Amino acid sequence: MADGGKIAITSSGPSLDAPMDERFGRCPCFVIVDPGATAVDPVENPCATQGHGAGIQAAKLVAEKGVGVVLTGRCGPNASDTLEAAGVTVVTGCSGTVREALDAYNTGQGKA
Amino acid sequence: MKQVVIISGKGGTGKTSLVASLASLAGTSVLADCDVDAADLHLVVQPSPVERFDFIGGKLASVAEDACTECGLCETLCRYNAITGNGSVPDIDPIACEGCGVCAWFCPERAIDMVNSVEGEWYRSETRFGPMVHARLNPAGENSGKLVSLLRAEAKTIAEDRGIDTILVDGSPGIGCPVIASITGADLVLVVTEPTLSGLHDFERVVGLTRHFGIPAQVVVNKSDINEANARRLEELATSLGAGVAGRIRFDSAVTEAQVRGQPLVEVTDEGAAEDMAAVWKRIEWSLSVGGMIK
Amino acid sequence: MRIAIASGKGGTGKTTVATNLARVAAMEGRRVVYLDCDVEEPNGQIFLQPEVAWRRPVTLPVPRVDAEACDLCGLCGEICEFSAIVPVGSKVLVFPQLCHSCGGCRLVCPQKAITETPREVATLSGGHADGVEYLQGLLNIGEAMSPPVIRALKAAAPQAELVVVDAPPGTSCPVVEAVSGCDKVVLVTEPTPFGLHDLELAMETVGALGIPCEVVVNRAGSNMKATRELCARRGVEIAAELPDSRSIAEAYSRGEMAVEADPDFHDRFVALLRRIEARR
Repeated sequence: MADGGKIAITSSGPSLDAPMDERFGRCPCFVIVDPGATAVDPVENPCATQGHGAGIQAAKLVAEKGVGVVLTGRCGPNASDTLEAAGVTVVTGCSGTVREALDAYNTGQGKA
Repeated sequence: MKQVVIISGKGGTGKTSLVASLASLAGTSVLADCDVDAADLHLVVQPSPVERFDFIGGKLASVAEDACTECGLCETLCRYNAITGNGSVPDIDPIACEGCGVCAWFCPERAIDMVNSVEGEWYRSETRFGPMVHARLNPAGENSGKLVSLLRAEAKTIAEDRGIDTILVDGSPGIGCPVIASITGADLVLVVTEPTLSGLHDFERVVGLTRHFGIPAQVVVNKSDINEANARRLEELATSLGAGVAGRIRFDSAVTEAQVRGQPLVEVTDEGAAEDMAAVWKRIEWSLSVGGMIK
Repeated sequence: MRIAIASGKGGTGKTTVATNLARVAAMEGRRVVYLDCDVEEPNGQIFLQPEVAWRRPVTLPVPRVDAEACDLCGLCGEICEFSAIVPVGSKVLVFPQLCHSCGGCRLVCPQKAITETPREVATLSGGHADGVEYLQGLLNIGEAMSPPVIRALKAAAPQAELVVVDAPPGTSCPVVEAVSGCDKVVLVTEPTPFGLHDLELAMETVGALGIPCEVVVNRAGSNMKATRELCARRGVEIAAELPDSRSIAEAYSRGEMAVEADPDFHDRFVALLRRIEARR
């Protein structure tokens, strides 16, 4: 269940300097951080090669990790519905490296 | 990075021949042959070398004979007529089995396992025009939609890794799951059709699909000179449905000749249909560069 | 006899062959049923022009959750292989388009909180076209799955001495569903490299189903060698070679039937029908 604490950024790799992957359901990796980015937890996305339902399962995964906000490029409707039901906020249209997306969000430049 | 997906609604309108020539005109692009149950693009773009991977389509029920008590419950629960017991150890029809797992879940002896089902294979290769992903679904194979999604994701990853700006996707006929999986997330869909009543009918349905998903579409009327009146009707229909017109390609026997030579038409000649294809490519390039999609 | 007209490659002439065979049979006063199983893009009606007598929806059962009775145990989400029912947060989400109607979630729910409700995915219709009994399935735009619709169409079809099944293009599950239960498959091809390649794929599919097949080569010309060699190698007879004809192509583009546009084609289709039926 989302406790609102953590932020997940869809990423091509496990580090803060990795470029984002704009796809929510099939990104190779979620980089999960606390808002201050003091604890960085990269989680491989097991749904990346799944067929239909990848986004839904990815949504469940991030919710179960206690994520409250997702920063991504785009997110399909089924995944969006699942995140919403889990109380997770999705910010789409993010880009750059993981760190850059996080900074942009923290300085309030991300679209809510 | 832009993804252009070429579909047709009706089959046999000339998608693959056009994709091959667009690949040649586009410089370097990532090619994805998503017509996975009748893949032909490789015949004219000559991919090599080829890296091969198994495609796991889903699960298949498998009965452990020693554990089975022949109670027959699985047969009554299966909604796909995939299980026949006839009072002995049940037989699973691999073509009918949907992999839903209900039989395995409820078997009182836990005698049924759901095992990965290899439904085909997919390939990663190189062509003169750029990297290519393609696949082959096994005969009577299942889950073409999933395989198409896999190829699309792979093409995207390759394009990002190698800094290639364009992905060209050869789609399949129809409007069902493989087509839906081909067009989601596309920047532009090109609908290749022919000036026949069948072509008109099927075009309307396939543009209904692109509208349903909110993806910009343009029509290419192939073999346009077979019926000028219908060619015009198609263009008018496209416009009335909010789709663009990318151009007309005339009927040309050179298309088949190029196919026999295993080459894209535009490499064999620059006249006739080849000239028309080059004009279509110019139109696509312009559409993609004027951001936010003009129809 | 139940004959399926199929092909690997689209656009080779399945509907041309299927509709014209049905028409010549009807012209001889025989009872013939034509089933348009290309439910994504059915074109038989363009040529046969039936008077439609009935229409009815095809529905698939999808889960409905009684939120009051549900205790969020999550078992429905565990049993579902397709992510169609997803317990998340304090709700159970249902994604009907992903549902394969297996019934598992309803069976597994300990609170009996799940019932099944019909979801419309397609329309069946039927009528008569100059002596041909005509049935068609039409998949709703945006729906992904043809096989359940094809199954419903086949179930709606009457028995008859001659049933012509117009199959969709390709080699995967929709074709398998259309062709299953037929006595023979006629594979329509064209003598081009793509046609040849896809013909071999189609032969493998039909072979995997254990149904005998024959080939019709459409738009045949001087380039027949490779097709004849493939058929010889696979032990498959060529039942007809329909010549390439610009006038027939133009007639087709206007929605006209070949057997009505051209007496030579009429004779060819009569001969083809005899030949298919003779070799059961």
